[in-house]
Amino acid sequence: MGEEKEEKEKKEKIKLAFYWGATCGGCDVATLDIKEKILDVVSIADIVLWPVAMDFKYTDVEEMEPDSIDVCLFNGAIQSSEHEEIAEMLREKSKVMIAYGSCACFGGIPGLGNVANREQIFKTVFKDTPSTVNPEFVTPQTEMIDDAGEKLTLPEIWDTVKTLDQTVDVDYYVPGCPPVVDRINDAIGIIAKYAETGELPPKAAVVAFKKALCDECERKKDDAMKIKRIYRPYELTEIDPEKCLLEQGLLCTGSATRGGCGARCIKANMPCRGCYGPTSEIKDQGAAALSAVASILGIEEETEMIEEGIAEEVDELLDQVKDPLGTFYRFGLPNSRLKRVIINPDGGKED
Amino acid sequence: MVEEKEIMEVEAEAEAETPKIGVYVCHCGINIKNTVDIDVVRDYAATLPNVVLSKDYIYVCSDPGQEMIKKDIRDGAINRVIVAACSPRLHEPTFRGTCISEGLNPFFFEMANIREQCSWVSDDKEKNTEKSKDIVRSIVSRVNLLEPLEEPEVDIVPEALVIGGGITGMYSALDMADAGYKVHLVERSPTIGGHMLQFDKIFPSLDCSACILTPRMVDVSKHPNINLMTYAEVEEVGGSIGNFKVKVKKKSRYVHATDWEYGTRCTGCNLCADACRLKNRIPNEFDFGLGKRSAIYLPMPQAVPAIYTVDSEKCLLLTRGKCGKATLESTREAIKKRARGEEVTKDELPPCVAVCDPNCRDFDMEDEIVDLNVGTIVVATGVDIIDPATQPEYKYGVYPNVIHGLEMERLLAPNGPTGGEIIVDGKVPKDIVFIQCVGSRNRQTGYEYCSRVCCMYAIKQAHLIDERLHGANITILYQDIRAFGKGFEEFYDRIKAEGIRFTRGLASEVYRKPGSDRLVVRGEDTMLGEPYEIEADLVVLASGLKPSEGVEKMVRMVKLSQSADRFFLEAHPKLRPVDTAVDGIFVAGGCQGPKDIPDSVAQAKAASSASLIYLTTGKAKLEAKISAINKELCTGCRICEALCPYGALEYDTEKKIMKVSESICKGCGGCGGGCPSGAVSMKHFLDKQIYAQIDALTEGLISTSS
Repeated sequence: MGEEKEEKEKKEKIKLAFYWGATCGGCDVATLDIKEKILDVVSIADIVLWPVAMDFKYTDVEEMEPDSIDVCLFNGAIQSSEHEEIAEMLREKSKVMIAYGSCACFGGIPGLGNVANREQIFKTVFKDTPSTVNPEFVTPQTEMIDDAGEKLTLPEIWDTVKTLDQTVDVDYYVPGCPPVVDRINDAIGIIAKYAETGELPPKAAVVAFKKALCDECERKKDDAMKIKRIYRPYELTEIDPEKCLLEQGLLCTGSATRGGCGARCIKANMPCRGCYGPTSEIKDQGAAALSAVASILGIEEETEMIEEGIAEEVDELLDQVKDPLGTFYRFGLPNSRLKRVIINPDGGKED
Repeated sequence: MVEEKEIMEVEAEAEAETPKIGVYVCHCGINIKNTVDIDVVRDYAATLPNVVLSKDYIYVCSDPGQEMIKKDIRDGAINRVIVAACSPRLHEPTFRGTCISEGLNPFFFEMANIREQCSWVSDDKEKNTEKSKDIVRSIVSRVNLLEPLEEPEVDIVPEALVIGGGITGMYSALDMADAGYKVHLVERSPTIGGHMLQFDKIFPSLDCSACILTPRMVDVSKHPNINLMTYAEVEEVGGSIGNFKVKVKKKSRYVHATDWEYGTRCTGCNLCADACRLKNRIPNEFDFGLGKRSAIYLPMPQAVPAIYTVDSEKCLLLTRGKCGKATLESTREAIKKRARGEEVTKDELPPCVAVCDPNCRDFDMEDEIVDLNVGTIVVATGVDIIDPATQPEYKYGVYPNVIHGLEMERLLAPNGPTGGEIIVDGKVPKDIVFIQCVGSRNRQTGYEYCSRVCCMYAIKQAHLIDERLHGANITILYQDIRAFGKGFEEFYDRIKAEGIRFTRGLASEVYRKPGSDRLVVRGEDTMLGEPYEIEADLVVLASGLKPSEGVEKMVRMVKLSQSADRFFLEAHPKLRPVDTAVDGIFVAGGCQGPKDIPDSVAQAKAASSASLIYLTTGKAKLEAKISAINKELCTGCRICEALCPYGALEYDTEKKIMKVSESICKGCGGCGGGCPSGAVSMKHFLDKQIYAQIDALTEGLISTSS
């Protein structure tokens, strides 16, 4: 009897894979933030791949039949040949592919690498940083022959960082840098329901809220939004905890960012940096946020501006935004219409 | 776990009815045909998605051309129409009409402009043909995604509001009232008539201004359809075309105009002003302080309405509570006693009330707010004179014998403070100098425009002075004489012949001759290239005109736009000179730009005629291509609110989202561009429609869809 029961349970368990591309590892750690709920996951699923936590070999997965993994949670962006190969392999082996975390969804922080190219990144990392001593400028090679005459290979790093869905077909998105516990639980709920009933949400669903973050934010907006000048948090001796941060001149991108995170940064007096990505109707989060800020910055003085000097006055206003690309496209450069800066013709190949 | 519905969201869209697009390529005679290969464009169009037929015709806008489209719609062959021809500014309404006549939603029509944007631009037929194909492809991609729209219709309340009771407002009100509509005319000062009432004679005909104006003032006050509210100001304008909700504050005059509980009223007899303890001690604004009045006053004898006004900032009883021995309390009691026929002693009443037979005074009268509901509004808030002190080198306000043009007008006017005698600072001047363009045409003062009337009024005043003070030496210092109106040049010639001296070259400075009260005007004669110094007893500064403060107030209340010169901005400088960006609100007269009397009257009549179109039809069609707020996405971040130049966006404090007023929105798209969450969409210019066009145009170059 007991054996039978055990057998049955085993049969019902689904197969789950975790993978990381270009990422900091925070998404994997965040998955453990769900604490004892991880046991629920284990009770319904067998984990077949999880490089950060368990020892599996790629060959184990390679040998699996197509669609034999039920759900793959893929975090990190795609920045190397390895990332792409594994993404393609996991896509083939998985019934459901979930872009997990902002890097997989939008490119994330690694996506800011798209302001440079491989050569420039290598130069910074392997040469220019003060702590690096590398007079011969040795950089990672894709292959070499060792002393024993054996050929060794390494994955190739690319010039351009891509999102997961620019690489393989993605079924669902769980944004966040990292995703918050409540939304991870939602995602697990979806997986559990799938394990139990085989039902899934509509394709391309985003496990977050439909509305932008302002909907969750409890700060007050007493008037039409207008800002006179932009401050960085350290420039203000006091930040009103009740009042909208943008209204106080802090560049909060909450209005251009999907809600669902619980407004945690905002509750700590830190403006939203946009890690949950754009709402469904926006194709370019950075452009939307920039356009909104540009619309309301100095609007009261707008009528005073005269045609001749307007370019300088506008420049003066926008010069207040330090690092506009890093501010508005912090998590979404690969996912944006800009995608990347133009590659120097000598700077290596474009993907 | 959060409700699945709330967290889930699908980006896929429901399948709509499949478009069947007909493309009609127009030759436009030879305009397109000569530089575009029509056959190639027509055949190419047929290959595009959902294009079921494509045809060409010599003039698609002609009756047979339209009939061809109508037949295809009628036969059920097509349900979307593209005409590849000229600019939509020309024939879009034509073809929309074609669609409507066959029962097809007019917003399923789209123009592909291959004339202005292509065939007229270059003679290179090959490249033009390629470009025409690109344009048609982009329009097809958009038409595939078009959605039907309705133009909402509103009813028009058959009443109008006219703001400003000068010559413009009066004529506008009279025309609409004569057409049978109720008109509310609001004037800020105690009398209508405006600046024209301050003039003596008017150029170039030298008609007596008051003689031709006052009969019309009486017409206004007696007109059964005109509700005249003087000494009143518009405080609030809400609503939109057809149904504006307006609050007017009628300031308290402390004098009853109409029958009240004792059945008496002000007859305009002037006994009160004569009896006032402050008689001849308060500068009269109407005369720029050149004349003095009492604390109870009529601005001038021919004022309409002839109701006296108590100056609450000056009246002793109102400011100090006491006038002679009378107090407010004793006055109240005595008025009641007198109404009952009882005796009252002199001490109980201030002198103005004591002599008032009809007993019209009421010191407890308060400002009254009147709510109006009107269909259209004509704004005629007029002009003010530019303060001549903006050019301090002319010493206005420093020397009493430096005056401005309107003060000169009051000195000349028979109803003015001197009864038409030219006496300044107690003396009759002999040497008189006019300085033109004061304030105007000057970057330093900020009024860069020409005020259009100063040349002519100065010439006229010079003539009138010359007529009255025989032997006076009159010099006009000018930079250009602008005598552009009907009869102006002839008038100028005539006055020149009368011996008025015209010297080209504005004065650089006016100063007092040491040891005398004579003035010296110094400058350079730019004809001779020589400096001049002219001695004068009187310097008249021909000040320019600026919009009255009512303009700023209206801009705040209804978001009317101003041009760079701060006058109201009309909807189109050539073709819609009295319309504004706000439907149902029209501007006329000086508030739109400096004007003389005939131009102001012409605009008054234009504005009333434009307003009457709505009043008589009783309906207005509203713009269909407006902004829409997606309630499921709007978070009420209020970024769009300040971006709307029309005030169409309102924050719903209960639902915490934005609302668009359909009758105010013009569909400019400002809010849509600012919305960071994509909650605002512009009907007929949806993001997906625009992106489809960009994708179609950049096909093979870049991809905009992510």
